[in-house]
Parts: sequence; C-alpha cells; structure tokens
Amino acid sequence: MTRRHTRNTVSRTRSKRPLTSPVRHWLTLGVIGSLFVLMAGRALFLQVFNADFLQQRGNAQALRTIDAPAVRGMILDRNGQPLAVSTPVDAVCADPSRLYQSPESWKPLARSLGIKYANLKKRIQKNKDRHFVYLRRQVLPEKAEQVMALDAPGVFLKREYKRYYPMGSVTGHLVGFTNVDEKGLEGIEFAFDDYLRGNPGKDQVVRDASGHIIEHVSNLKRATDGQDLVMTIDSRIQYLAYRELKRAVQEHKAKSASAVVVDVTNGEILAMVNDPVFNPNDRSQLRSSRFRNRSVTDNFEPGSTVKPLTVAAALQHDYVRPDTIIDTDTGRMKLARYTIKDTHDYGNLSVSHVIMKSSNVGAARIALQMEASDLWSLLNGVGFGRLPQSGLPGEAHGSLAHHTNWRKVKQATLGYGYGLSVTALQLAQAYATLANDGVSVPLTIIKRDGAVQGRRVISATVARQVRSMLELAVSDEGTAPQSRIPMYRVAGKTGTARKTEGKGYSTKRYTALFAGMAPVTKPRLAMVVIVNEPSEGKYYGGQVAAPVFANVMTSALRLLNVAPDDVPAGAMWVAANQAEADK
Amino acid sequence: MSRRQPFSIDWVLLSGLLTLSIISLFLLYSAGDQDMDLLLRQSVRMGLAFAVMFFVASIKPEKLMRWTPWLYGIGLLLLILVLAAGVIGKGAQRWIDLGVIRFQPSEMMKLAVPMMVAWVMVKQPMPARLGTVILGFIVVLVPTVLIIKQPDLGTSLLIAGSGVVVIFLAGMSWRLIMVLAGLAAAAAPLGWYLLHDYQRQRIMTLIDPWSDPLGSGYHTIQSAIAVGSGGLYGKGWLNGSQSQLDFIPERSTDFIFAVFSEEFGFIGSVLLLLVYLFIVGRSLFIAMEAKETYTRLLCGSLAVTFAIYVFVNIGMVTGILPVVGVPLPLISYGGTSMVSLMAGFGILMSAHANRWFMH
Repeated sequence: MTRRHTRNTVSRTRSKRPLTSPVRHWLTLGVIGSLFVLMAGRALFLQVFNADFLQQRGNAQALRTIDAPAVRGMILDRNGQPLAVSTPVDAVCADPSRLYQSPESWKPLARSLGIKYANLKKRIQKNKDRHFVYLRRQVLPEKAEQVMALDAPGVFLKREYKRYYPMGSVTGHLVGFTNVDEKGLEGIEFAFDDYLRGNPGKDQVVRDASGHIIEHVSNLKRATDGQDLVMTIDSRIQYLAYRELKRAVQEHKAKSASAVVVDVTNGEILAMVNDPVFNPNDRSQLRSSRFRNRSVTDNFEPGSTVKPLTVAAALQHDYVRPDTIIDTDTGRMKLARYTIKDTHDYGNLSVSHVIMKSSNVGAARIALQMEASDLWSLLNGVGFGRLPQSGLPGEAHGSLAHHTNWRKVKQATLGYGYGLSVTALQLAQAYATLANDGVSVPLTIIKRDGAVQGRRVISATVARQVRSMLELAVSDEGTAPQSRIPMYRVAGKTGTARKTEGKGYSTKRYTALFAGMAPVTKPRLAMVVIVNEPSEGKYYGGQVAAPVFANVMTSALRLLNVAPDDVPAGAMWVAANQAEADK
Repeated sequence: MSRRQPFSIDWVLLSGLLTLSIISLFLLYSAGDQDMDLLLRQSVRMGLAFAVMFFVASIKPEKLMRWTPWLYGIGLLLLILVLAAGVIGKGAQRWIDLGVIRFQPSEMMKLAVPMMVAWVMVKQPMPARLGTVILGFIVVLVPTVLIIKQPDLGTSLLIAGSGVVVIFLAGMSWRLIMVLAGLAAAAAPLGWYLLHDYQRQRIMTLIDPWSDPLGSGYHTIQSAIAVGSGGLYGKGWLNGSQSQLDFIPERSTDFIFAVFSEEFGFIGSVLLLLVYLFIVGRSLFIAMEAKETYTRLLCGSLAVTFAIYVFVNIGMVTGILPVVGVPLPLISYGGTSMVSLMAGFGILMSAHANRWFMH
C-alpha cells in the first residue's frame, strides 16, 4: 500500500516534467572543476613558484646554530686536589611565545622549577613575543629531567656548567669565582680566565617546534675545552693556616687577618688565607669586603718586622758587625721635633740584641749610619715598593719612597718600619729571601714548569747572621717565644704596629705581626701572619700572631717531610731504640 | 524490467574510495609518528564506514525517500536535545553520548537536509516554483540555525550548502538566484558584524598571515611553509621535516594535506586532487544517470557537498580560505565525518544500481 503510494508519487512528478535539467548538472561540474583548478593552481604557486622561499623559511625555523659548550679547565692544588671544577648542569629555557599559549602548564612548571608561579607568569606574559628566555639556570640534570617530563610546550634544556669549589671558603680568596656564564670574576678564575675558558664551538641542529633538539646536523666549529691549571697551594697547609688564623681572629676579636706561607727554595706560595672569608659556592655571600684577597691587596706599615732588613743592609755594607754596640740611650731619641721611643731603657745593645729586644732607637741609629741608597736598595731588592707578580690579581705594590727623597727622620723611621707600606705577600717575600740565604726567588701562585733563577740581594753570610739574630728574637728573652715549636728551630720577628689615624698614629688600634721561618739550619718555609686590630686586650705580635705561626709550622713542616733540626737527646735515644727493636 | 542488483556496489566509485583509504593509512602512519595503534583505530573506523556504505547501498531509493521525513524529524529533535544539554551543561555541545559510541546529530543532518529538501522538491512540479523554493529554504534554515547555535559555523554552512544545491538543481529560476545573490552581497557587512572576534581574525589573517606569525597567522604560515617546502617532487614519505618537527598543528586531522603535500610535492598534490575529482565526477555522473528526480537531486547534492569539503579543507591548508575545522574527507584521522560521508556514497551506489527503477 505504502509502496504503491510512493511509486505513484514518483511517477506523477515524472509525468509532469520528466527530469531536472542536465544543464545545471553540467554547470555544477564546471564550477567544481574550476575549484579544483584553483586548488591545483594554488599548489603550483606554493610548491613550484614559492618553493625556495618557503623551504628557506622552514629551514630557518628548524635549523639552528647553537653554541657547543667548552668545558672550563679545573683548578688544582699542587697535589692534584681539585679547587675548582665544572659540573654539567642544565639551563631550563623556554620559547615564551609558545609557552604563552598553554597557561595550564605554567603551574606545574613553576612547582617543578621551584620558582614562584606569579613570577613565571609575569615572565612569560612579558616576553610572549620573544623566542628565548631562561626559566632557571644551573639546574641539576636529574631535576631538569623532571621538568622536561612535564612536556610543557616550548620548554627546552641548554647544557651549561656550574663551577664548584670543593674547598669552599678555605681557598675562596685565591681561586675566586666565576659568574653564571662561567666567566672568571675574581682570583685565579679571573686572572687566568683565557687559559681556563677554552673556546665554545658551533653546532648546527634541527629543532622541532617545541625547541627540542632532534638531530645534530653538523659540527661547524669544534669546541676546545679549557686547560687545567695547577696552583702552588698545598690544600693541607692552606687548611691549617685557614683554621689557625680563624681561631686567632675569634680569640682576639680582630677586624681582619692574613697569613701567607711560602716555600723559600722556589718562591711557591703554599698557603694564603684571609679573614673575613666567603664561600664561593654561595652567591649570596659575594660582597667585595669579604672576597678581597687582603694578603695581596691591603697595605700596612710593617713596623718592627723591617728591623732585620735594616740590620741586613748595615751588615751587608759593613757599617756594623753583629756584635757592634749600639747606644740606645735612655730609650729615647730626639730627631728634629720627633721622639723615637723604646718600651724599656736597654742602654747599650749589640746589633743582635737590637733585633732580639726590638729596639726602635737601636734600629733608627743603625739606619742613620748608612747611606740612604744602601738601605733603599736592600728594601727594594727584597721586593718592597714593587709588584710581586705572583699571578694573583689585584696585587698592590705598597709604598717605598725613593732614597733621594728621604730626609733624616724618614730614614730613621724606615729603619724600624714606619713611613713605608707593604702587603703580607711582600713581607713574606722579604723573609723568604732572608731564609733562602739572601737569594730572592720570584713568588708564584701557579706551578712553574722549570726552576726559576733567583737574584742575590743579601750575601749568604749576612743572611745567616740575621737569621741567628731572629732566632734570638724567639728565645725566652726575645719578643716571641710563643712562635717556637718542637723538633724544629725557628727564627722570626714580631711587629706591633700602630695603625695610622688621621694625621698621626692611634694609641689603641694596632696591627699584630709576625714574620718568620723554619727550620733555621736549612730554612724551607717562611710565613707571615698579620692580625688587624685585635681587641681583646692582647695586641703584641708575639702574643697574637706568633702562636698562629707556631701552630701552622708544626704541622706544615711535618706534612712536607722536612727533616727536624732540633731533636732532643732523649728523643734521639728513643728513636734509635725503636730502630733497634724493629730489626 | 528493473535491473536492481542484490548487492549494489559501484566498482568505479569503490575503487576511488579505496584509493583514498590507502593513501589515508599511509599518510596517518607518517603524520601520527608511526603509531600503529592510531592506524589500527582508523582502520577499524574505515571498516565500519565501508560497512555502513554497503548497508546503505543495499537500501532501495524509494525506501530512503519514504524514510526521509522521519530521518529529518529525528535529526531536528536530536539537535534540539543537544542544544538543551549544552545550555544545561553550560558549554558547547555537539555530541550525544550513547555509551558505546558518541554520536553527532549534525553529521546525520549532513544527509538528512539534502534528502528532505529533495523530498520537498519532488512533491512539486519541476522546475521548482517560488513557493517550493521558499519551502526548501525553510527546510534548510531550521537545522542550520540550530547548528550555528552549537556553535559550529563551519558545519552549518556546509549543511546549508548541501540543501541549497538541491534547490538549485531543482531548477530555481535564475532571476531568483540573482536576487538572492544581490541580497547576500548586501547583507555581507551585517554578517561581518555578527561574526565572533576570532572568526573575523581568521579572515583577516588570510589576507595577511605575516602580520601575526606566532598568533592567528601561525597555522596558515606553518602549513604554507610545509606545503611549499614540498616543492615539485616532495621530500618523500616520512621525510616531511616541517610536519615531523611538529610545526604543523593538527597534522593528523585538519592539516593532514600539509603533511601530504610536503612529503609528495606538487605532483602528489595534483594526483590526490585528481582522485578527488574522479570521485566527484563519478558521483555527478551517477546523479545525471539517475532517471528519478529525487535521486537525481540528492546525488547531485552529495557530489557537490563532497567537492566542497575537499575545497574547504585544501583551501584552508593552502591559504585560500580561512581556518575552519573541516577535515580532509576520507583522509583525516577521525570517524564521525567518515561515516556520514560513506553513507552518502552508499546512497549514490544504491541510486546507481537502481537507476532504472521506474522504467
């Protein structure tokens, strides 16, 4: 029934007007055909006429030239102990224009990067028209992996290196530090930046739309890694000096302090420490007052520690002999409108005793006996007023006026260490020269390839004579018995210099000094200790600085296997018996 | 007298459709990062779509015609349902979830609208008079508006197009066409005003994609780069660097033609266009062969609609048309549009097998 009805309907329509016009079908086909021609034409336009341009555009966004990082060289101590190493880390970077489009990924991203969501959001929104921004640098590789696992669009990693300083604040002033781009800013990192840095290369890579590196196409320029640098520092002695100096600073509530240990035979600096310290691994501590290497940058008046050099000059030029008697008067000496004072009235003193008792009047008298040029050339010869050129950056040359400009008063005060200024390193160099039988060897902080030629400044005889006097100075009747140590004979000189204050000298603020060497028979080490403004009552060099010297020397000499030269008879007997028993 | 075939398969059309399916699978392997799972899922969908086609092909045209009002009515009802659910759920809604499969009523309307218009037309003498034409337009307009509301402007325009083609083929007078064209031109500025901002942006982008290469111009530029860098011969299967490097968005679905033309070049693009043209041509031929007004109108509309799909997608990828979410028929990944398309080809096959049925 229904079917018939349908058929009727269909046939009825047909019978009236059999079919729709085929013209419209052909017309339709024509329109469709022209649409297809349009599409083919567009394809021709893009793929044939514009192919080169579009290919170029495509390559431009996929092919990138990136820096192939060069690994910065290590800094090592003399025994191969690492003092600065570069560890591979990742910089998490982003193409903000892409990241901007998926705000839902920001929150987890901020969480896994450990940065504030609000900050991240601001950074992305501000840079949304750009293609590169660092999200966080120096991220540990494991953590960077976690960030990448989020698959946030436009986020990618860049390999970089983080500088790590295993000894931390112990070598902080020496080694210095780099910035986040591994450019040396302070210390050896700064001074030897070119040597350590190496040259980054260039790699051509294919990157996908998210910035992930898919393929390394070619190596345009090879990266050359930086070279390792060996310092003369012995980290064991460095640590000892660090510990002892810190203890002294705390004990005497000092403002600052420095200590330098030098191997007198070759001029190598074995230890150099300062206080206050900073930890180069912690960037929040980077303040210049902390990271200044005071041992080479800060000048001070060396005071009594200069007296042995005055005496050396006088001996050298035959003005006196060690037993020549110097009249120190009543401990006072008037010169123009100045008065030079001693702490006691020593009366007549031999030259040796002038050193032992540290008589200012005696030293001034001796200085005044000389031609100015003789004193000047010795002081200049041991390095005063000249840059040590040890390799450390920021060295000060101190001040030593030329002898042609000296007046009498100047010459007299220079004799006992006022009117000139030196650095701890310069003073260490002077004492190293005395210790090395008068031959001055240039100091160095970097291990040298071969031996370096020294320069004789003082005759060996004079150097030995002065050393004997310095040994007297540490005797019980001298000024620094606290500097003595078991098994080794030491020699040294204290200094307690008043600090300049306005136009004159302070009566309250002192610099406590000790400069010495050991073992006396065949000196190996020279050491200078400076403690600035001790404020706990004690301020004499012999009380404040000398114990630091003693504590460091005791261990340092043993660490270096230096033969003892002061073995008590009993100890010899025990050692001999021990040897017998071992057989 | 009737030469009905028990299993109405048009081998010519089938060969074209199979060619596209094979191209689709190869292309999806490349565009989908060689994911076999994705390929398997698409194969299953294709199998399903082909089964639907064979089933529809076995239905006689007169039966289809009888069901037409029902199909259209149910379609309208579902559209209203979806819209209501969308209002309640406070969001765009195009789907009806049947648990097993998700069903998009607008897909059903892609067939139901031209069928209904043809059904209305054949009730009246040909060529269609003004009253008939107006009736036809009403049949087109109601679902179109409902789909715009979803909102899915692209689909609604395509559906409207498929209905209008039927009216055109039914012989609506040229004078009326001129009048309507004039009206449309006059209303164009108003249409511009009615568009959403993002839609306007897309049209502006088409004119100058480089004005905002990372924002609205990104799709257009990237696909132009991919198509263009294919050059004459293409970079070869699996070697389309622009597409493989993720620069092409939606590269398995709407922008799959960019992958194709980067990998197979201008020659490949032309060959693919020829395959499409072959299918469209065969469909139009079937329409013209049909001796029955209803099938003639319907088949003509299906052929034209298919051609429009191809043009809208390729036009979008190559930068002739603004970006609209229309997949490349039978090649893009996805199942919904494929089923309705294949059902359409089923109708064409049935029509061809039964082309003599009233003689």
